Amino acid sequence: MMASSYNAKEEDGHPSGASGHGGPGVVKSKKPDNTAFKQQRLPAWQPILTAGTVLPAFFVIGLIFIPIGIGLYVTSNNIKEFEIDYTGVNMDSPCYTCAKNFSWNNTTPCTCSVDFTLKQPFESNVFMYYGLSNFYQNHRRYVKSRDDSQLNGGRSLTDPSKECEPYRKNDELPIAPCGAIANSLFNDTLELFHIDSNGSRNAIPLVKKGIAWWTDKHVKFRNPGGNSNLTQAFLGTTKPVNWRKPVYELDPSDPENNGFINEDFIVWMRTAALPTFRKLYRIIQKKSSTTPTLPSGKYTLDIIYNYPVLSFDGRKRMILSTISWMGGKNPFLGIAYITVGSICFFLGVVLLIIHHKYDTRNNSADIPN
Amino acid sequence: MERRSSEDTGTVKAPESRRQRKKRSKENKTRTVHANLLYDAANKGEENPNRHYANNKIKTTKYTVLSFLPKNLFEQFHRFANVYFVFIALLNFVPVVNAFQPELALAPVVFILSVTAIKDLWEDYRRHRSDKEINHMDCLVFSRAERRYVEKYWKEVRVGDFIRLRCNEILPADVLLLSSSDPDRLCHIETATLDGETNLKQRQVVRSFFDLDCEFDPLKYNSVIECEKPNNDLNRFRGYIIHRSGRRDALYKENLLLRGCTIRNTEEAVGIVIYAGHETKAMLNNNGPRYKRSKLERQMNVDVFWCVIILLVLCLFAAVGHGLWMFQYGDKRPVFDVLSPEGTDLSPIMSAIYLFLTMIIVFQVLIPISLFVSIEIVKICQVYFIHQDMDLYDEETDSHLQCRALNITEDLGQMQYIFSDKTGTLTENKMVFRRCTVAGVEYSHDANAKRLAMYQEMDSEEEECTSHGSTLPRRDSVTSHQSARVVLRSQSTKSHRRTGSRAEAKRASILSKHTAFSSPMEKDITPDPQLLDKVNDCSSQMDFMRFHSQPMSQLPSDLSDTIDFFIALTICNTVVVSSPDQPRHKVRMRFELKSPVKTIEDFIKRFTPSRLTSGSNSSSSSSLITNRSSNKGCSSLLSSPSAESTLTKLHEERSCGGLENAFSPVPPCYDGKASWNIEEGELRYEAESPDEAALVYAARAYKCSLVGRLPDQVTVELPHLGKLSFELLHTLGFDSTRKRMSVVVRHPLTDQITVYTKGADSVIMDLIKPPNTGNSKGKRQKKIVCRTQNYLNLYAADGLRTLCIAKKILSQEEYACWLQRHLEAETAIQGREELLFESALRLETNLQLLGATGIEDRLQDGVPETIASLRKAGLQIWVLTGDKQETAVNIAYACKLLDPEEEILTLNADSQEACALLLEESLHYIQAKFLCSSADQTTKAFHSSFAPFDLYPSSSLSSSSSHAAPFLVHRLGLVIDGRTLAYALDKSLEDRFLAVARSCRSVLCCRSTPLQKSMVVKLVRNKLKVMTLAIGDGANDVSMIQVADVGVGISGQEGMQAVMASDFALPRFRYLQKLLLVHGHWCYSRLANMILYFFYKNAMFVALIFWFQFYCGFSGSAMIDQWYLIFFNLMFSAFPQLITGTLDKDVSAETLQQLPQLYVNGQNSEEYKPYMFWMNMIDAFYQSLICFFIPYFAYADSDVDLFTWGTPITTLALFTILLHLGIETKTWTWMNWLSIAFSIALFFTVALCYNASCPTCYSPSNPYWTMQRLLKDPLFYLLCVITPVAALLPRYFYRACQGTLFPSPVQVGRQLDKLPADTRRNILSLSRVKVGSPLSPKPPFLSLSKASPKGCNKNDQRSITGSKTLEATQGHADEEKGRSCLSGPTDSEMHLSDLYTLVPSDIDTLPYTKDAPQPAEELQPPSTKVSECLDKTLEPSDVSLSGWITSTPLPTPADSVQLNLLPDGAPQCVRYTRNSEERLKPDHAVHPAHRTEQEVEQQLHTKL
Repeated sequence: MMASSYNAKEEDGHPSGASGHGGPGVVKSKKPDNTAFKQQRLPAWQPILTAGTVLPAFFVIGLIFIPIGIGLYVTSNNIKEFEIDYTGVNMDSPCYTCAKNFSWNNTTPCTCSVDFTLKQPFESNVFMYYGLSNFYQNHRRYVKSRDDSQLNGGRSLTDPSKECEPYRKNDELPIAPCGAIANSLFNDTLELFHIDSNGSRNAIPLVKKGIAWWTDKHVKFRNPGGNSNLTQAFLGTTKPVNWRKPVYELDPSDPENNGFINEDFIVWMRTAALPTFRKLYRIIQKKSSTTPTLPSGKYTLDIIYNYPVLSFDGRKRMILSTISWMGGKNPFLGIAYITVGSICFFLGVVLLIIHHKYDTRNNSADIPN
Repeated sequence: MERRSSEDTGTVKAPESRRQRKKRSKENKTRTVHANLLYDAANKGEENPNRHYANNKIKTTKYTVLSFLPKNLFEQFHRFANVYFVFIALLNFVPVVNAFQPELALAPVVFILSVTAIKDLWEDYRRHRSDKEINHMDCLVFSRAERRYVEKYWKEVRVGDFIRLRCNEILPADVLLLSSSDPDRLCHIETATLDGETNLKQRQVVRSFFDLDCEFDPLKYNSVIECEKPNNDLNRFRGYIIHRSGRRDALYKENLLLRGCTIRNTEEAVGIVIYAGHETKAMLNNNGPRYKRSKLERQMNVDVFWCVIILLVLCLFAAVGHGLWMFQYGDKRPVFDVLSPEGTDLSPIMSAIYLFLTMIIVFQVLIPISLFVSIEIVKICQVYFIHQDMDLYDEETDSHLQCRALNITEDLGQMQYIFSDKTGTLTENKMVFRRCTVAGVEYSHDANAKRLAMYQEMDSEEEECTSHGSTLPRRDSVTSHQSARVVLRSQSTKSHRRTGSRAEAKRASILSKHTAFSSPMEKDITPDPQLLDKVNDCSSQMDFMRFHSQPMSQLPSDLSDTIDFFIALTICNTVVVSSPDQPRHKVRMRFELKSPVKTIEDFIKRFTPSRLTSGSNSSSSSSLITNRSSNKGCSSLLSSPSAESTLTKLHEERSCGGLENAFSPVPPCYDGKASWNIEEGELRYEAESPDEAALVYAARAYKCSLVGRLPDQVTVELPHLGKLSFELLHTLGFDSTRKRMSVVVRHPLTDQITVYTKGADSVIMDLIKPPNTGNSKGKRQKKIVCRTQNYLNLYAADGLRTLCIAKKILSQEEYACWLQRHLEAETAIQGREELLFESALRLETNLQLLGATGIEDRLQDGVPETIASLRKAGLQIWVLTGDKQETAVNIAYACKLLDPEEEILTLNADSQEACALLLEESLHYIQAKFLCSSADQTTKAFHSSFAPFDLYPSSSLSSSSSHAAPFLVHRLGLVIDGRTLAYALDKSLEDRFLAVARSCRSVLCCRSTPLQKSMVVKLVRNKLKVMTLAIGDGANDVSMIQVADVGVGISGQEGMQAVMASDFALPRFRYLQKLLLVHGHWCYSRLANMILYFFYKNAMFVALIFWFQFYCGFSGSAMIDQWYLIFFNLMFSAFPQLITGTLDKDVSAETLQQLPQLYVNGQNSEEYKPYMFWMNMIDAFYQSLICFFIPYFAYADSDVDLFTWGTPITTLALFTILLHLGIETKTWTWMNWLSIAFSIALFFTVALCYNASCPTCYSPSNPYWTMQRLLKDPLFYLLCVITPVAALLPRYFYRACQGTLFPSPVQVGRQLDKLPADTRRNILSLSRVKVGSPLSPKPPFLSLSKASPKGCNKNDQRSITGSKTLEATQGHADEEKGRSCLSGPTDSEMHLSDLYTLVPSDIDTLPYTKDAPQPAEELQPPSTKVSECLDKTLEPSDVSLSGWITSTPLPTPADSVQLNLLPDGAPQCVRYTRNSEERLKPDHAVHPAHRTEQEVEQQLHTKL
């Protein structure tokens, strides 16, 4: 009957819910619009995942992946790769002494040479890499320890970013290039000689340009004050602690490859993703279509051993590799495709069995309504 | 006055103003109001005692321009999550720790904070605008300077001002009424904006100004008002006015006009402002929207907590790892291990500690920062869609569902208990007078019943154009007025319902709404001929006696009883009569004011100046109408082309009828009030409750019409006697404790002081004067009481609401004695209510019973269906009503709450002990009946045989109960009355009560008070740990609504209080079905899936970085660019999940409604169970492993650099995450496609732009040209193809297997969706489709098992699978399969029965009836026999044979009834087959369930 107590509340200004959408029309009915969207009746595709409906997908994936995998695997196998470790851990290694005696502060270069034999000729362009293991170029503090604007020839040449600490200044002079990455620049020199059948050493021409990203070389890295006189440009800066020579002497022979735009330097500055990595060192161009770039036979690798890795149990390698459209030799992707494809196929079969055995209900295929 | 303005912040003002008041005043308990005029004049503003009171300027905004930022931030930091993120962001500024660029790390936090801030700002701005609009409305305030009323803004009104109000104006403040243009010193107000009640309320001029002859002159006013402090009780106002003479006059709520109300029917009123601005009652009643935390959110918070733990574990792991890594190098510091910026060496332990902090930053994404924001957004969208649902829109009232609580939409999908009010919720609260008993004689009102039946019919009838109804000649059929009226009415109503377009019908309904509780159905009552004769007879005798001035007491007692009965019906109420023209002019106003104001915006919208002028226009036109009404006649009305609505026509008809049938002579005691000079048929009654209106209309049908009500006088028109004015001495209003109301009047004919009482039969019967059996009169009395009681029981059994009418004649002395004490009570300020209550008790004794009435409260449309389907959905429905037991039980039967086939436990106890005993007994009874007998059975088996929802016997019931003992719901009904309930709710008994109640299928609490209602809800909610929903429509349901997890208000006839307290407001009960079953289900499943997905997504992304730590010396390095890392969640992967979270539909609305069982999904939280979080985590870790290691191996020992390697990983992760969402998305609309495409496009666009933008910025990643290079790399694409596939393979496979081997009910529902519409409809209409997983031994829920037998099937399949095309279009293939299988004319029905095992719903109750009484018998069937018989059937040859048998076309479809199998162990299957002749034939009793059971069944089935 009569309300015994009132507890009425007038709502304050808050719009209750989406009443804001309710249409401002004064006399307008509050009746909602009968649109597919508002009534949640948009045309829709409603797949139902059952053995019957997904099994084609499994087979299709299997059928597509397996050939791709085989293709990739074959491609990868066609790539020729040769790898040699010259760290000098073992006593019998030619570089053992160099490795033993070495530290960053050594001034006299230590050289050693490693002989090796290529069993198969390398036909196309050969890429020569140096590889490091156990070298954590991806360490958080290491990765940050650089100043891109300095490397870009910017004004921070003489006032590097704080990120470079503690490799920012040395004896009150700003370091160019600053930072830990630059400081730890890989400074071994590798030379490759082909030993003829008659025993003579033929130096193999190693191209040292074109190993860095084009954008790095031409956009990201710039020498300060144009490229006229690097010594002048880097006046007032000092070399990184571990370096033997200042940055403007990295490649005195070629002004286009000197200073910050030295490609070896640029390649090094691109920090590797994983602790075991390789970096492109040189390219051996194919000379003619008839002769292989590197015929099979004996070779010698001459190393000016500068870079200490033993302290952190690192390894140094030299890698020769040809390259395909999908990059270097790596059978993994091919195998992965084949595996995934096979698994899909197998699961497809399982589903087929399940479907036949249990899925007796009427599963209509996914037909869009 | 201005000093408050600075403090007028915030909507919740109470504490503030309280504090202030304390500080300010010593006069603590009261407020003194003087007229401002006295102080205005001579710069005495300083002395004005009113100056401390709040002015009328309102300010509901939270912020000012200056305070916005600090205040908003302060509020936002109250959220734990925000603090966490700010902490993380600040951590970045610590140099040793910093992982990201500190500025960048702030981005997400700033983003989140600013989104929220913008939202708040916008809301606040809207409030500000509305405040401004309200503050600048005009009103007339008396100015001393100009000595007249001048226009002022609302905000300039102060306490103590005199205000002149005109008709249809809105009150700017709480005003004490001092003068009214009304001759009776009345003022009518409409309080719809406050409480939603549509009837007009009378307000009275303060008594001391009552006798003022001339116009009220504010200048002469010099009284002081003392009243209560501002409070929010709309129904209370106490105080007194002290005149200069020292005289005090009491002030009541009847003197106070409340802010926000509208003046009606009164040309002009003057009052003094008592409370202004925020101190008005309306503003004090302003509560902001409510904040509730949903169950899902609570569950989510637990998992957020787990995420924190996982985060800490990961960080700790990394920190230890880093320490060890450092340690292994010892003193030989490698070149890549950079020293700290200061150049100092860090010890491994220190680095580990720093690293721990760094990792927290790096892994911060694991705590889903955007989850909270996303959930808000999704919920707002969900609310929007619920609002937009056409099915929840009620055309009649032009109202749709309102979501008032924005953040518990998903709770709707998890309800387990529903507590419902009865009146107005299940029923329409349209009271229709059905029958009555007068002086022990029953008048059955058959014609009236017929009339009502007609309405019912009309409701159910479909389109049938009968516009001729309006053209029917009416006058001709007057001869036998009774039947004619019936015809007439039915036809006219028909025409009202049918003729017009929808718009017209709507208009009519709006028109009819303006008078509270008076649809034509309620108003047109066909009198019982006998009773009518009696009334005529009686009144003519009285007339005769009066004429001959004989004492009235000589009237035969039955006649006098009759006339008294009708007089009581007419005057014992608070019904206000409004003259015919007024409602009509109100109509014009109300046409726009369709529904009660719900928001301030609404409020403003309606009260914009233009509207006000239009309002006053119509008010001025009212005089015209009055003129017309004075000279109008029936014919003029009929010919008037006013056909603006069919309703008007209705009134015209009635007025004609009224004229013709009324043989009222010139009234002898005509009281000369011109305003009431109208035809009776035109009168409109504004009642506070529908019962009152119904009774008044009923009395009018017998020519006893109420024609006028003044504060001290009621005018009644009686046949022969004409208009009689009863001097109204007192009105003792209705209250829920007394359950009755009384009026004390002076009878104009006998001059006796008579008390008429009307109330609940239980109360009145106790108050009846014990008849003195000595004399005949006493005997007669006794007989009357006795008979009436009989009829009352009968009425109750019919589901009618009963009221008893009684009277009492007071002698002068008695009255004087009572009056004295009553007056004392009235003038008391302290404890006035109690005193008045006692006073009423003193008066209402020794009554003489006159009769009783039975009022029908019709069930709302669709209530039984809704209850049935809600129950199927596994919801327990309890009805808590204030009605008497019999009525409640009958309504319960009517709405299928109780089933005639089930037993009913009725608990009626007189004492605590009795109650305890009763409960104990019932508990034993239940146990004995249902437990012990099946002792040898496993509990599980027991479950399924008795649980009504045998779909999920073990899981649903036991999981929903926190108690160890499994609880089952039996086919029992529990009825308990209020008194017993009070005992049962006692601490000592509540557990037992619950134990009994929960094992009953339905519970009905009668005669329960509002408090009990809320106690019951609280008890169930707290003890059973279930989700509760309370639904009700009246003020008495408010407490229950507030206590429940979800409160639903019905915006019905009883005002808006329930709605105001509710979280959701529905126009009708039946909409609850769609709200819960569809929207609840959707909201729940969407949000649950979204939350799980969020956890997965973040974990997966973070884990990528975690794996990387193993390869970077646990240095906290990340291969993913920090930009991607931070924006991945906010931008790249944000949209698709929002779309899915908003729009995904697992099952269509149609199926959800037709298959309510699917609701159980939400009740058991099946979309988001605790283990699912961990499954998702494991999946996330697996996927991240794949996404990390495939690129890892693909790029192992290559010259790839950190970020060139990290970018593909990011890309892969994005693809994987999106595809994962794709697998989880059930409904793909173009929005989903678009959002996914947009996400991917956005990622690449951003990446490309970002990578091209600056060659030297974004240290350390410096991603210049990375993406561009990657896009040229075939390896990148190869990775993009294989990784997501490999990552999602297990999930995809699992989903597929799940879909086939153990499909959830929801999946089955989705399969149903796929079927062609008509097939599906057939299946659903036929019923519970049986069964479930082919593997699990669990009782199948529902399965669409293909019944087509093996032989046929195989052949068939071979033939079909031969061609691929058929498979592709399998939707049709069904049909084709069927066709080819059936090799003959295919009857779709038959096809169906062939494909599905169907259980017609009407039969599925059978096992209960069979089982319940003798469970033991049923449960121990000789299984050997059955298996034998099965074995026979199972012989291989038979199998194929039987297969062929089915495939032959049958002439008629045969429905096979299949009952669900038992979970395990002893399976039982009773099967009935219904052939076309509807003959039931029990076939097999039980057989063991094995894997083959289904096949077996199929065979059996097909054999049949």
